[in-house]
Amino acid sequence: MRTGVRSYWWFLAPALVVVAGVIVIPWAFTLWMSVHEWKPGGAIAYVGPSNYARLVSDPRFSEALVRTLYYSALAVFLPLVLGTLAALAFHEQFPMRGFLRGVFVMPMMATPVAIAVVWTMIFQPQLGVANYLLSLIGIPPQLWVFAPNTVIPSLVLVETWQWTPLVMLIVLGGLAAIPTEPYEGAQIDGASAFQRFVHITFPLIRPFLMVAVLLRLIDALKSFDIIFAMTQGGPGNASETINLYLYQTAFAYYDVGYGSAIASVFFVIIVALSLAALWLRSRAAWMAEPVGDAS
Amino acid sequence: MVSRNGFTRRDMAGLAAGLIGAPSLAFAAPDYKKFAGTKLEANLIKGPRGELLQKYEKEFTALTGIEIGSEVIPEQQQRQKMAIEFASGKPNFDVAHLSYHVQKRLMEKGKWLAPVSGYMKNPALAEPENNEGDYSAAGLTYAKDGQQMLSLPWSVDYFMVYWNKDLFQKKGIAYPTNFDEMMKAAEALTDPANGVYGFVGRGLRNANLPLYMSFLLGYGGDALDAKGNLTTDSPEAIEAAKYYQRILTKCAPPGVAGFNWMECQSVFLQGKAAMWLDGVGWAPAGEDPTRSRVVGKIGYSPVPKGPVAAASATFGDGIGIAAASPNKEAAFLYCQWAVNKTMGGRLLQIGGGVPFRKSVLEDPQVQAGVKMPKEWLDCVVACSKISKLGLPVVAPVAEFRDIIGAALTATLSGADPATELKKATDQYRPILERSEKG
Repeated sequence: MRTGVRSYWWFLAPALVVVAGVIVIPWAFTLWMSVHEWKPGGAIAYVGPSNYARLVSDPRFSEALVRTLYYSALAVFLPLVLGTLAALAFHEQFPMRGFLRGVFVMPMMATPVAIAVVWTMIFQPQLGVANYLLSLIGIPPQLWVFAPNTVIPSLVLVETWQWTPLVMLIVLGGLAAIPTEPYEGAQIDGASAFQRFVHITFPLIRPFLMVAVLLRLIDALKSFDIIFAMTQGGPGNASETINLYLYQTAFAYYDVGYGSAIASVFFVIIVALSLAALWLRSRAAWMAEPVGDAS
Repeated sequence: MVSRNGFTRRDMAGLAAGLIGAPSLAFAAPDYKKFAGTKLEANLIKGPRGELLQKYEKEFTALTGIEIGSEVIPEQQQRQKMAIEFASGKPNFDVAHLSYHVQKRLMEKGKWLAPVSGYMKNPALAEPENNEGDYSAAGLTYAKDGQQMLSLPWSVDYFMVYWNKDLFQKKGIAYPTNFDEMMKAAEALTDPANGVYGFVGRGLRNANLPLYMSFLLGYGGDALDAKGNLTTDSPEAIEAAKYYQRILTKCAPPGVAGFNWMECQSVFLQGKAAMWLDGVGWAPAGEDPTRSRVVGKIGYSPVPKGPVAAASATFGDGIGIAAASPNKEAAFLYCQWAVNKTMGGRLLQIGGGVPFRKSVLEDPQVQAGVKMPKEWLDCVVACSKISKLGLPVVAPVAEFRDIIGAALTATLSGADPATELKKATDQYRPILERSEKG
């Protein structure tokens, strides 16, 4: 028996080596760097927790953290709502449903930087098509990503455009898994469509929604490419999230130690939020209990 | 005009002429073939300069027998990659394309570049015209660390004004000669109802520093004083910030706070802005009918005189040899080729940059081949006469651009320039002090 268990390790070994090489060792190195000061061209010096102490008094870090949470909250919520609505629509039978589903998921396949370039042109206040379309319905021109107060909602709009299809696919999977009996019972009892959604559909797709929340949350928290390509954190620092700040710190200011401290703290925040989302998902699970037990 | 195929003949003729005109130095033609068979790696910035070298590198190989492997990377990423590779101690390249205005102090502190002064005095390597006297003062300031040349100055970027002659003529306004007139002209030409604005310039954090510095130099200020103290909250700095705030909030298109050069260029080339203050290299796009609606209507002029000085904020590129390279002499031949008359002439003629070398810039034959309007070339020459470094020569330049730049962007939303600059200066000062100590 013991020999059998040991032999399994050989099968695990390649995966463990890869995980150690691409995750564990870089993280250990990041933690090590976070207690050192190093700038290219200079020596590496141990500075203890002073990089972490700097974070406390760095307003740019705290502002970036708030912005990250704001951006992430919007970038999770909007695709979740729109993706669920889209899934409900695509769950119904109608002509060309398969083709339209295919069209709907296309934004997911586009390269983020290409998306960013196209959307930057769309948002251009004087020459972009967004303001032209608004003018057709009598809405005055907006500044989109070119003004501090609208930049984050505008970036979230792009994120929503790209990732709503992912939520739609997840929820669509959930809808396909729902048995028909509860609906038949509800129809016999005279429940309206809204009541059927609130009391049957929503509770039963909740575990799938939680998966979508988890995936979107992780993705939104680590969002970098679109923001960097569209605004580089501007105007001013208005769209500078933690990812952009740590990138600037490590690779533009070459303050690798401080950048590592930012990365470490942010890693802890991401893990904490992901664990919270996993906990919520476990509470939302319904698979273990018999479905349709009305007693 | 420089012939595409006449490189070797032209250079040899140039060398012969140089020999005749060089009475004291016993320079012969360099031994170009001495390093034949050597393989060099060049790390270049994507853009007209890097791409020009890559395009013609086979000519260098034909001349020297040295094989070139070149990598062309977008500017920001190239700077980061280069610094990281240099810091590793074993860069994968022999030749580095440098952004002086950002990297000069970093390169000096890291001792990453091999001095080229010795090679420039070596008749077996140096062409007769390649001497310090042939480079402009700004180029030498950038390239030298003390008495040593650490690189060869390659291309200079002057900040200048592109202006729409049609819009000026329609309002009967002459091109301004000073800052006051520029503001008045910009205000008079601003017509939001018709989507026309008197001025456009960079508002985006970091990118906006060259524009602001163009104003600051005109007010007689600078980022540092003679002793190296930060002066970004001086009275001159505040006046320049007020000017920046006023011209961009009253005369520029809405959303300018998020504009980098691309957005400014789009607006100007669509004929929607009367003046655009930016780098010297955008003339080709402006004169390209597939990209511009203002072809033939663009005026090119130096920045008008400020209350104290006439100045053109100056930035520049150089090309240097990695100190860790085992092929330094071969790399010197490549660097020398990159900045020679043939390549410099090509660069100027396509409007991709302006050589630091006087012998190239002032050469009538090179000038005759310039495809841009003569007014552009005249403007370049005029800018060279009022050239001043556009960014402080310090290691933490990126932080300077970000912190001061964010303060300037904040003024576009109505923040008080004096308060913002004071706050930004207080934030940047310890970074600068820490850097200078390190």
